[in-house]
Amino acid sequence: MNSLSVEHLIGIRDLTKEDLDLIFKTADSFKQVINRPIKKVPSLRDITIANLFFENSTRTKLSFELAEKRLSADIINFSASGSSVKKGETLVDTVNNILSMKVDLVVMRHPSPGAASFLSKNVDAKVVNAGDGTHEHPTQALLDAYSIREKLGSLKGKKIVIVGDILHSRVALSNIYCLQKLGAEVMVCGPKTLIPKNIEALNVKVSNNLKEALEWCDVANMLRIQLERQDVKYFPSLREYAMTFGLNKEILDSLSKKIVVMHPGPINRGVEITSDVADSDQSIILQQVENGVAIRMAVIYLLAAQIER
Amino acid sequence: MEKQVILNAKHLELTLKRLCHELIESHNDFSNTVIVGLQPRGIHVVERLKIILEDILNKEITCGNLDITFYRDDFRRRETPLLPSVTNIDFSLENKDVILVDDVLFTGRTIRSGLDAVLSFGRPKSVELMVLIDRRFRRDLPIEANYVGKAVDTLVSERVSVEWKEHEGEDKILLYTKESDE
Repeated sequence: MNSLSVEHLIGIRDLTKEDLDLIFKTADSFKQVINRPIKKVPSLRDITIANLFFENSTRTKLSFELAEKRLSADIINFSASGSSVKKGETLVDTVNNILSMKVDLVVMRHPSPGAASFLSKNVDAKVVNAGDGTHEHPTQALLDAYSIREKLGSLKGKKIVIVGDILHSRVALSNIYCLQKLGAEVMVCGPKTLIPKNIEALNVKVSNNLKEALEWCDVANMLRIQLERQDVKYFPSLREYAMTFGLNKEILDSLSKKIVVMHPGPINRGVEITSDVADSDQSIILQQVENGVAIRMAVIYLLAAQIER
Repeated sequence: MEKQVILNAKHLELTLKRLCHELIESHNDFSNTVIVGLQPRGIHVVERLKIILEDILNKEITCGNLDITFYRDDFRRRETPLLPSVTNIDFSLENKDVILVDDVLFTGRTIRSGLDAVLSFGRPKSVELMVLIDRRFRRDLPIEANYVGKAVDTLVSERVSVEWKEHEGEDKILLYTKESDE
């Protein structure tokens, strides 16, 4: 298997175990590349990529942009603020206008779930989903799984707990699909109001007790509280959330084994995770960021390989 | 496929020894020289060169493996993309005399990619090319080797295969020819 089974990267749900292995193997090589004196390869010299961000993003946007540049692709950036979207242009029109400038691949973040899938059916370009509302964020899940694989050797049989706002999190959904395909066991943990109903149907364990969840796991992925997506109150106060579901050094040190701590960023220090935990040797938060570039290079490289000349 | 032995185990060993002596002739004690094998097949040549050179010079020779997949000029021109192999060059190539090593020199396109890849590790003082087999008159690009094990005249339809005791069971170099209509 030297090529992906999909034509676009919309969600982890569509990928096979073989696809995941291929992406990781390719990312291994790109990780070597980005640690060389000249961190760039000429593979995508004749490919043009449009980064369309209809929602705010810092690290994902930078990470994609850097990945594309390291592959020598030409890139154009677009963000919704200050664009014709505000003038009432539809998504397909906006994208088709951009594509008529001969763009081969589109990386898109959009606040509506399903936007990436919709786009892939309506425009003639490869689509990479960089987050669509509360649906999926496939490259984040890939880099999370890749970082765990790097730290623990393999995902098979490992226990991963995802803590926090599961209800609004696209990272959680993509992570659940990805980790399970790689043979890991997944638990979600958070206040009842932030755990989606019937999530057991995805074959995950559920806990409302942080200590209990942490004792069970090998890896804890601490999600950010997405205040911007919460139009009603899901918990009484941030302080109360931090006291009940925040990870601090005291809890971490009280566990019977050393677990790995992850966070997809941006961190609300002192809410999901305290500073001393974020900066401890059990945290792989910065490795996640580095691996993000390698993973995105791999995804774009493998999709671009399918573009006909 | 009809096959013909170009070099047998004994001749291959003699050829490798001769190549090592040629290298010592121009690189003396290898104080500023590094050997880089091209993935996937050049690295086996380097493994042998290293053993012989270290035996003669009685010192460690710096060797690395270089993967050139991302530097190839046929990306999106193949049916399926090539899977990259491992690169391990944990030393700088800046200002070094680099000897690039591959098993077979054919169109020269791999070497062209190899040169690009080498430059991303710094600016070497010089780059030379060593190949075990030079398929003469078959170049697509103006590239020649500095050190050649054996030069052979071949048809495009033929295939040269370098086999190693450690990997294929026996040291030998074979020329495969398509039977019939040539």
